[in-house]
Amino acid sequence: MRNPLSQKVTSIAPSGIRKFFDVVSEMPDAISLGVGEPDFDTPWRIREEGIYTLEKGKTFYTSNAGLKELKIEICKYLDRKVNVQYNYQNEVIVTVGGSEGIDIALRAMLDPGDEVLIPQPSYVSYLPCTVLADGVPVVIPLQEKNEFKLTAEELEAAITPKTKILVMPFPNNPTGSIMTKEDLEPIVEVVKKHDLFVISDEIYSELSYKGEHVSIASFEGMKERTILINGFSKGFAMTGWRLGYACGPAEIISQMVKIHQYAIMCAPTNSQYAAVEALRSCEAEVEEMREAYNQRRRFLVHEFKRIGLDCFEPFGAFYIFPSIKEFGMTSEEFATRLLEEEKVAIVPGTAFGDCGEGFLRISYAYSIEDLKEAIGRLERFITRLRNEK
Amino acid sequence: MRTQILKYIEKKSKVDLGELAVLLGTDEVTVANEIAEMEKEKIICGYHTLIDWDKAGVESVTALIEVRVTPQRNQGFDKIAERIYNYPEVSAVYLISGAYDLLVTLEGKTLKEVSQFVSDKLSPVDSVLSTATHFILKKYKDHGTILVKKSKPERMPVTL
Repeated sequence: MRNPLSQKVTSIAPSGIRKFFDVVSEMPDAISLGVGEPDFDTPWRIREEGIYTLEKGKTFYTSNAGLKELKIEICKYLDRKVNVQYNYQNEVIVTVGGSEGIDIALRAMLDPGDEVLIPQPSYVSYLPCTVLADGVPVVIPLQEKNEFKLTAEELEAAITPKTKILVMPFPNNPTGSIMTKEDLEPIVEVVKKHDLFVISDEIYSELSYKGEHVSIASFEGMKERTILINGFSKGFAMTGWRLGYACGPAEIISQMVKIHQYAIMCAPTNSQYAAVEALRSCEAEVEEMREAYNQRRRFLVHEFKRIGLDCFEPFGAFYIFPSIKEFGMTSEEFATRLLEEEKVAIVPGTAFGDCGEGFLRISYAYSIEDLKEAIGRLERFITRLRNEK
Repeated sequence: MRTQILKYIEKKSKVDLGELAVLLGTDEVTVANEIAEMEKEKIICGYHTLIDWDKAGVESVTALIEVRVTPQRNQGFDKIAERIYNYPEVSAVYLISGAYDLLVTLEGKTLKEVSQFVSDKLSPVDSVLSTATHFILKKYKDHGTILVKKSKPERMPVTL
C-alpha cells in the first residue's frame, strides 16, 4: 500500500503537552494550573439566550459570513472598544473560534514561499497553520528583558524580501505580556515601511489590566493591512461555544469567506444568537470576571515575589510566566518533577516555542483557594530544589 | 478603593486583611483604615453568616408576611414599621410599593410559632388592616449564593 499521508501534515509536530495531559488525567489528586480557558461559567443570560433560540427552533444555517445582527453588534463593539470602524456587510466574518480565523486568514493571504513572522513564545497554532497554508514560518524569539514585547529592532532584523505577514499575539498566551500604544507605534512604522500585513490575534483583549487594550488596527493606515482576530472564548467565558470573528479589508475577508464557506459552511447558529446577547448586555459580567482575574494576578505576582521566583509583572490574559533558570534544569524537567513530586500540573514554556525554555506558564483561571494550595506545593518543591544544590 | 473593598467583602466578609490588600493592589493599613471608617460611618452595618439551617439539622421556618396598614398622621409608615421590627424574631421589614405596604420576614422554630406571632402580635397592632403569610418551602438561593447542590462541569486539566 502507498503512504496514505501527506508529507506536509506528517512534518508538523503534535502539540507538546499530550503526555502531560495523559499523566494528569490519571492523577485524581493533582492540581492543575495548566488550563487555557476561563473557570467561570458562561454568564447566565448568554446561556439563557442559547436555550431560548434552541426552543424557538432557530437551528438552521446562517449566511456564510455570519448572522447579520451579530456582525452589526461586532462592528459596534469594535468601534466602542478599540475605535476601529468596520462595515458589517463585507469586512466581518464570524468564525468557529478565533483559531479558524487565524487559519483562513493565512490561507487566504499566502502563496508558497511567503514568509510569516511569528513572535514566540506564543499560541501554538500560528506555525502549523502557516505550514499548512504553504507559507514559511519565521520565528522571532521574544526576550524576557523586554517583558516579551516585540521590538522594532527584532522585527526589522527578521524581515526579508519574502516577508508578507506579521502575526501579533497580544495580550499574549503564554507570557501575559501586552503591547501599549507606545509599544505599538514603532512596530506600525516598520510594518508600513516594508509593506507587510498583520494578523492581530486579540482574543484576550478583554483581559487587559493596565489601561484599555489597544488594537494595532486602530493606527492610521493600519486597518487596510490588518486582519483583526477576536472572539468570545476568553472575555465572555464561552470557549465551548466555538465562536470568533475576523475583521479586515473587504478584499481579504471575501476570500476568507470563500474558504470558510467550503470548509465550514457557517459558525454554529445557536452560538451566534447567544453571542448577540453577549455583546448587547454582558459588559457588567465581563467587567466582574476581569476584576476577579486581576485580583488573582496581583495575588500571584505577590506570592512569586515572596517565594523568590523571578518573574516580570504581566498585564494581560490570565497567565504568568516565571523564570526557573536558577534551578539549572529544563522547563520540561521542572514541570515533570513538579507533577511527580507535588502533583501540580503546569505547562513548560517550551510548549510555546523554543525560546520559552527556562520558563513556565502558570494559568490563574482558578480560584484564590486553588491558587493558594498550588503555590504552597510549588513553594515546597522549590525549597527542596534549593536545598539540593 | 471603598467600592472595591465593599464589593469584595459583600460576598466574602471572612477575609484576611493582608490578603485582601494584595488582591486589591494596596497595603494592609489602607484596607484596615477604610474598613474601620466605613464601620464608623455605618456604611458597613454588620457581618453575618449565611447558614443552611436545614443542613445543620436545626428546625426553622421562614415566612414572608404581607402587611397592609393605615399610615399614621405625621409619621407615615415609620412608626408602625418600628413597632414590628423591634421584635427579635422579625429579620427584615421593607416598605413596598404595590398591593400591600410592608413586607415582613420572620424566622421561627415552627409553623405554630410563626402563626402565633402573626395572630397574637402582628394582627392586633392598631392600623394593621390585614396580613397574608407565605411560608418558605425551600431556599434555592439566598444573598446571591446558590444553596442547592450544583454540579461543576469539569474542564480538561491541561489545555494550551
